[in-house]
Amino acid sequence: MSFFAEPIANLIQEFSKLPGIGPKSAQRLVYYLLRNSNEEAKALAEAILELKEKIRLCSICFNITDCDPCVICQDKERDHSKICVVEKPSDVLPLERTGKYQGMYHVLHGAINPSQGIVPEQLRINELLSRLQDGSVSEVILATNPNMEGETTALYLYRILEPLGIHITRLARGLPFGGELEYADDVTLAQALESRREF
Amino acid sequence: MTSPHTYQAQAIVIKQTKIGEADKVVTLYTLEFGKLKAVAKGACRPGSKLGGNVEPPNYCLVMLAKGRNLDIITQSQTMDGFLKVKGDLWCISCSSYILELVDAFTTEGSPNQPLFELLLDALKNLSLSNGDETVLRYFELHLLQHLGYRPQLRRCVVCNSPLKPGVNFFSPGQGGALCSGCNHGEFTSHPISIDALKVLRLWQDCDYHTVSRVKMSSKLSSELRLLMQEYITYLLQREVKSMAWLEKLKTGFGVGSDCGVN
Ligand SMILES: [Zn+2]
Ligand SMILES: [Zn+2]
Repeated sequence: MSFFAEPIANLIQEFSKLPGIGPKSAQRLVYYLLRNSNEEAKALAEAILELKEKIRLCSICFNITDCDPCVICQDKERDHSKICVVEKPSDVLPLERTGKYQGMYHVLHGAINPSQGIVPEQLRINELLSRLQDGSVSEVILATNPNMEGETTALYLYRILEPLGIHITRLARGLPFGGELEYADDVTLAQALESRREF
Repeated sequence: MTSPHTYQAQAIVIKQTKIGEADKVVTLYTLEFGKLKAVAKGACRPGSKLGGNVEPPNYCLVMLAKGRNLDIITQSQTMDGFLKVKGDLWCISCSSYILELVDAFTTEGSPNQPLFELLLDALKNLSLSNGDETVLRYFELHLLQHLGYRPQLRRCVVCNSPLKPGVNFFSPGQGGALCSGCNHGEFTSHPISIDALKVLRLWQDCDYHTVSRVKMSSKLSSELRLLMQEYITYLLQREVKSMAWLEKLKTGFGVGSDCGVN
């Protein structure tokens, strides 16, 4: 038997599933919404629905997008001969924020982790290979995280891309080993991007 | 600076999982306490002093503070970051395999100093030998030995008679070799060559340095690989995931080109 009225208990339960939200915070959020106007609650509900309806993966770079191809892949002003390979969609944003990069992206959706059974077949690696088939790409920048999984992924990609004769670079070590791209500050990231090195 | 609530350990980082925004739960194999899980706060941020240190397969000196649930890593100093291992696809993959084995075969709170030393040596030898597979086989055999699974390879595990040259069998379930007279098919056993028996016997009682000088044919080395694989899978009652990845690297990639290892 729940202590709360059913609609309240339901929403608390849903909120508690979100990352970083415990039962206490979930309760606070629910009471906040109860106090709020109907319009605001509706706007929130619609925003959530829209997120799931409109957001999908770009069929070229596999970043999350609301239009396909995504804005970056469609942009004629950008340099389509460069592809920067990242592990997850949230890695694109910090690289964009630096304003130093005008090329394309490719999101792998993970990194190789043999002991967790995560192998290349589970990542968007074949899709990357097919983007490289027509010879229009001259440089691939490997921007996987500087940790064990990211390194394994970069080394693997280097091994399979090298025979294709494409220029392969890797973000420089402004980024300490063990960190994650998503949390890098803009300056560090900009430096790492500018001083990217031969693999 | 040590209070009753803080302590120090020599550790090899086995694995880590992200929790919350930027924290990590790190599994360490320590000299002093065996396997140990601890929290590295803020370790995912590149600015973090801990981040780059508490990364597998680093060998570090860590300072820990007693926590309510898990202990907390307050400081860490890398003694060996195994950069050569991290710079090579085969070597970094071998290190994943070694770490996965240690994680699978050990439980928290049971220190095992020889095992710690074996692990540290294996990572060093991986780097020095450029990923010679003998490092893996030697590690597997001695890991099992330190955990009480030393296979009996001089006498038949059933009738105890000395094994003769010719065809003998290896039974993972019986933990050793069977003579042809005792292999009735009731144990899951496989033929083992006399050369494989000899090599394993030598490995059991020698240090890695001596072992590394023995040159083997690729036939013998794949026999040993399969044998150890079978024994390990039997003991764990499951596959070691990194093993499949190593196999894949050895046999080529199947995508684009078929560049194998070495
Ligand atoms: Zn796109
Ligand atoms: Zn016998």
